[in-house]
Amino acid sequence: MKGGSVARLDNMSGKGNAAGPHDSQQAPLLVAPGEDLGDSEDYEVGHGVIVMDGRLRATKQGQMKKDGKSVSILPSRTKYFPRPGDLVIGLVEGCTNNIWFVDIGAPFNAILPMSLGPAKMEFGGTRSVIDIGEAILCRVQEVEETHSSVVTMKGMGLRKIRSGVVEDIDPHLLGRLIGRQGKALRQLKEDTECRVVAAENGRIWIDGDFEGMLEVRTRLRAMTAEAKAATPGGVA
Amino acid sequence: MGYGDVQMIDENGIRVDGRKAGDVRPISIELGVVPVADGSCRMTWGTNEVIVAVYGPMEAHPRKIQRQDRAVLDVRYNMAPFSTSDRIRPGFNRRSREISKVTSDALESVVLLELYPRSKIRVEIEIICAEAGTRCVGLTAASVALADAGIPMTDLVVSVASGKINGVVVCDLNKAEDNYGEADLPMGVLPNSGELAFLQMDGDLSQEEFQEAWDYNMEAAIVIGDYCAEALKNGGYNL
Repeated sequence: MKGGSVARLDNMSGKGNAAGPHDSQQAPLLVAPGEDLGDSEDYEVGHGVIVMDGRLRATKQGQMKKDGKSVSILPSRTKYFPRPGDLVIGLVEGCTNNIWFVDIGAPFNAILPMSLGPAKMEFGGTRSVIDIGEAILCRVQEVEETHSSVVTMKGMGLRKIRSGVVEDIDPHLLGRLIGRQGKALRQLKEDTECRVVAAENGRIWIDGDFEGMLEVRTRLRAMTAEAKAATPGGVA
Repeated sequence: MGYGDVQMIDENGIRVDGRKAGDVRPISIELGVVPVADGSCRMTWGTNEVIVAVYGPMEAHPRKIQRQDRAVLDVRYNMAPFSTSDRIRPGFNRRSREISKVTSDALESVVLLELYPRSKIRVEIEIICAEAGTRCVGLTAASVALADAGIPMTDLVVSVASGKINGVVVCDLNKAEDNYGEADLPMGVLPNSGELAFLQMDGDLSQEEFQEAWDYNMEAAIVIGDYCAEALKNGGYNL
């Protein structure tokens, strides 16, 4: 068929370069879900790869990476998946007498118990501290086996967001926004004189004067559009 | 005049639209057509045109639909009122409910739902222009849109319908062949493993004819599966 560049381990360069991912000179091997990646023997299965009937199979669309014995896929699109310690921006969706339900952009909502809230309060006083619809800067405390997660507001800099705007970008574009050792993000902050907090779930809190905020939003949108345009359109 | 009297294939085996018995209508795939969705796809297949948008995985509401061990697939197939020459009353009907269900069942066999317990994946299939075989186009486009959304799947699902016209088994029926033909066999195939995810049959086929229709579907599914994989690899955004 068209292209014919089937990504198989046996097709990859035989240089035996065990250290690091496969040759950077080689064009990235793109895979689609269900694609056969070769025999599973002697290989460890990484992200986006499963073993079916002794063969490695891609489960996501993206770039295949081989790092020593491990084979994984760098997906071209992902949903945010919470991990303990992540700094996230949550939107409060509901609350009970002692718990807030927080949308952190993950497949399931997180809870913020009153004991981990920003201030001391009476039982039943949750809504007077953080109301429904408000945004908070919080940290993921734990992710349980059933995938329900708990967030905390106890910690340096964690607070309710009272000013500025929250902008969404795809989580996989965060690396592009932050740059090497935070260089790009630092530059953005200097150029616009805004406070920019990039949370792991792809939400960006921007605070500053109006022109500055507008500039950051314009740049974020341009970056998203550029990332989307970087790959050619579909196939006829 | 009975339906059987309509001549739809000539003595040289050429069909009303100029195709041979085993030919598939031209297909084009475009990704990322709904920017707000997590994944989306526009597929044109002959005169059929379908847009699919995928949202999620997200928290499943209402809570009673949540499954503790896996995600639920919420598939909605809908034909736009203007998609056919007879206006279709907007909203869910018996046919769209059935197609939504079979599409959901077919997709459940490939999507790794157990990775997202208690959540929901929403798949919206909108038929913009219908010519015949919209359930096949909808299912194929839905699997491409799910892959575009980064949802883990063991394979794509490619669906094709073969059938019988004037006693001859042909692949990928068009509108005339679907309306006046004798049988229709839509199948959902996993192109990499060759397994079957979905099969329906309308009309009568002998054992040999069934085998012939099956073979046509299998062959076409592998070719179309390559198209889908190629579209996914070539990026996904409309310039």
